[in-house]
Amino acid sequence: MPPEATEARPTGEPILEVRDLAKLYPLTRGVVFRRKIGAVRAVDTVSFDLRRGETLGIVGESGCGKSTLAKMLVHLERPTSGRILYKGEDITRLSGRALKAVRRNIQMVFQDPYTSLNPRMTVGDIVGEPFDIHPEVAPKGDRRRRVQELLDVVGLNPEYINRYPHQFSGGQRQRIGIARGLALNPEIIICDEPVSALDVSVQAQVVNLLERLQDEFGLSYVFIAHDLSVVRHISDRVGVMYLGRFAEIGTDEQIYDYPTHPYTQALLSAVPVPDPEAREGRERIILAGDVPSPANPPSGCRFRTRCWKAQDKCAQEVPQLVVPAGFRHAEGPVVHDSACHFAEALPQDMSEPASAE
Amino acid sequence: MSALLEVRDLHVEFRTRDGVAKAVNGVSYGVGAGETLAVLGESGSGKSVTAQAIMGILDSPPGHVTGGQVLFQGRDLLTLSKEERRRVRGAKMAMIFQDALSSLNPVHTVGAQLGEMFQVHEGMSRKDARVKAVELMDRVRIPAAKERVNDYPHQFSGGMRQRIMIAMALALEPDLIIADEPTTALDVTVQAQVMDLLAELQREFTMGLILITHDLGVVADVADKIAVMYAGRIVETAPVHELYKRPAHPYTRGLLDSIPRLDRKGQELYAIKGLPPNLMAIPPGCPFHPRCPRAQDVCVTDRPPLFPVTENDGTELPGRAGACHFWKDELNAS
Repeated sequence: MPPEATEARPTGEPILEVRDLAKLYPLTRGVVFRRKIGAVRAVDTVSFDLRRGETLGIVGESGCGKSTLAKMLVHLERPTSGRILYKGEDITRLSGRALKAVRRNIQMVFQDPYTSLNPRMTVGDIVGEPFDIHPEVAPKGDRRRRVQELLDVVGLNPEYINRYPHQFSGGQRQRIGIARGLALNPEIIICDEPVSALDVSVQAQVVNLLERLQDEFGLSYVFIAHDLSVVRHISDRVGVMYLGRFAEIGTDEQIYDYPTHPYTQALLSAVPVPDPEAREGRERIILAGDVPSPANPPSGCRFRTRCWKAQDKCAQEVPQLVVPAGFRHAEGPVVHDSACHFAEALPQDMSEPASAE
Repeated sequence: MSALLEVRDLHVEFRTRDGVAKAVNGVSYGVGAGETLAVLGESGSGKSVTAQAIMGILDSPPGHVTGGQVLFQGRDLLTLSKEERRRVRGAKMAMIFQDALSSLNPVHTVGAQLGEMFQVHEGMSRKDARVKAVELMDRVRIPAAKERVNDYPHQFSGGMRQRIMIAMALALEPDLIIADEPTTALDVTVQAQVMDLLAELQREFTMGLILITHDLGVVADVADKIAVMYAGRIVETAPVHELYKRPAHPYTRGLLDSIPRLDRKGQELYAIKGLPPNLMAIPPGCPFHPRCPRAQDVCVTDRPPLFPVTENDGTELPGRAGACHFWKDELNAS
């Protein structure tokens, strides 16, 4: 592997800063007098930075709040509390014209290319629709040409401009979704499971496309997925979410080769490795039970109900997402933020990259 | 190993308004008792349709089995009457589906649905069947089975629902289980639990297992042998270790190479060019030739049969076959 590939490429200033972001969905009872009886804590005080040109991967199982986080970043959901700063400016409470201007720069690519494209609109209308809202980007007479350019950029035949979504395969539809995301020349694209619905051979094509576009247009990505190997491939840094919080965050090497949070360790060990020989030397941590309900999360550390290391302290104190005390004087990739009272590095033989040759 | 199930030269087509889609075009495979065969393929490769034809649950019309045999314990299932077939299904062979939520009836309790198996097939009373249902739920390790037997499917989590599906498939202790993407809808940590459970139960009952999946990782963990399907045909068969180490078909290699790997971070992923073929117009010759990096003229004109794959010196490689004119070159490329 070339050495520069291991280094986090972008060193630029943060383009997006997220501080203590939370989203609570109220639970109500009754029809006429809707009493509030509790709340689903979908995202609960999440903080991170996204730097210019960087890809931040976010992994987690269903219900961990990763999609809610994505929706808040593009203002499809209003945060209950916390702040989102875009280039240093607080955009959390913006509305009207100011919000519209910011939204142009933060776009989204959705998971399901079958339901996120309107079946009654032609590809040209779908990709060109953002221009109706932001006419300053492309003057009216120029739009068709712009749309064709975009189709060409994402690897679709520009002559398909008058076709409908059903005439395309899943991978091609995802390209249409990406073209729409690119239309307004955004700086940040939030990708929510962009390749999960695609076949393996087509997945690789779309991942390559996203990487090429990043280099070409200097985009920053927040890349949300549950496929750990795809996330590692594309990300500079990775955050692991569990029940609405980050369990651990660091560079891809820190997270994948030197995880210190028990949840990350279990998650990585559970991933099926497509190489029967690597599998045999590997110890697997199989977690008991399911993810608890976010309406009633465990006290203290949220992972403690499934954790084999849990002690009394874990029920009482919420572990902070900082460099754990035990590693404060250590050096090397084990030193990164991990929200665990008893964070430990893996024994060396287990931390060997499982699929390396 | 004497084969428990043997599929011979199976053909299935779907007759639709727009034309005839040839979903399965001469598939042959076998699985023995206690053995796990993984059928690997992308959407549209015919892997699920083959399974539906074996189970006898093909939507017909538009689906039609147009040729071949499905020999189960020596009997050709395709010649049986509907009623005979129904008795085999469930009791002797069972199927686990991908989406447990839509495979379970939302308006009946899981206990009633599990018990129904015993009431219908073994004529048990409702009360006895309920006792059996609790036993089954215990066996697939659903905590507090006694209290949960009267719960409805929506009250269970995804992993628990998939366990109920497994319990239902196991109810009558079948000899063969077909699992169609059993863990695709589940989270990684839960997926590991469910696959472990399935493998353990298979050992306990020495059942044959056909595992249908698109996930090369899941396959590597549990299968004994693999059949890779493309455009309704098997393009390669091999014991699991050998397939990953030395594929003999360019499609298999393409699939393996398109998985992101640690040692290739920062480089472009290998991507198989183009798209899977339209089943109404499968390319002539080798159906993979438009996407194949090895394709030559012969690939456009001659359809490659499943050649037995051997070492260069002619030593036999048991269980290996590849449908590529250039399987030797592909094998030696590893």
